[in-house]
Amino acid sequence: MKNEMRLEFDSKSENESFARTVAAAFILRLDPTLEELAEIKTAISEAVTNAIVHGYGECGGTVVLRGIIDGDEVIFEISDMGVGIADVEKAREPLFTSSPQTERSGMGFTIMETFMDEISVKSRIGEGTTVTMRKRIEVPQYA
Amino acid sequence: MDITVSGKEHLITVRPSGELDHHAAKLIRTKIDDEILRTGAVNLAFDLSRVTFMDSSGVGVIIGRYRKITALGGRVFLYGMNENVEKLCRMSGLDKLTVMVGADACGKEVF
Repeated sequence: MKNEMRLEFDSKSENESFARTVAAAFILRLDPTLEELAEIKTAISEAVTNAIVHGYGECGGTVVLRGIIDGDEVIFEISDMGVGIADVEKAREPLFTSSPQTERSGMGFTIMETFMDEISVKSRIGEGTTVTMRKRIEVPQYA
Repeated sequence: MDITVSGKEHLITVRPSGELDHHAAKLIRTKIDDEILRTGAVNLAFDLSRVTFMDSSGVGVIIGRYRKITALGGRVFLYGMNENVEKLCRMSGLDKLTVMVGADACGKEVF
């Protein structure tokens, strides 16, 4: 059975915890383990923080979080209509950061890739960025 | 967040609580830096036992403080992490930069 949700919020840092909490609540009915929940919350947090810090920066805007449950798979899409990423391959390299002076660790994409099964990034300069990530939730075995 | 200072070891211990994300990072970064300046401490310990969630922004705070502290000739200690926070710290290579004590050990033994 398919289920979908969509959340729009202002590009403000206090909404980072709001977004990952909503994502976690959305997938609760799949009965994820605490570890899976923590991994998904962290991946969402990375993508949403990227949208807020890099996509919009000081200008502000609207971040969109879309969640889909399809069978035992969850798909999350985080979109901004901000500046876009010039070189997506470069941005995905571990430790790469476009703003070293602000103490970004450069680990965001690496964390998303490690914690989710699959991630893809679509970006156009001046139009924005969409990060799509998928993860299969193991069906609990009640023996 | 609690900050305690131990003059003997020129050590500051910071004990952040709750979720250490980009939003929280902005607030605690300056607090820690002010305290380093004020006390002249050269060693910094993060007691992460009250941190329930951390992402790469939290890692950024620790790496930023690591740079400051090593420039002063000191060391950074990490302890008290829950399993998920510890996994993130190791994935980000913090175990190679700091003295990191895993969830199974008692932080006090570090000193």
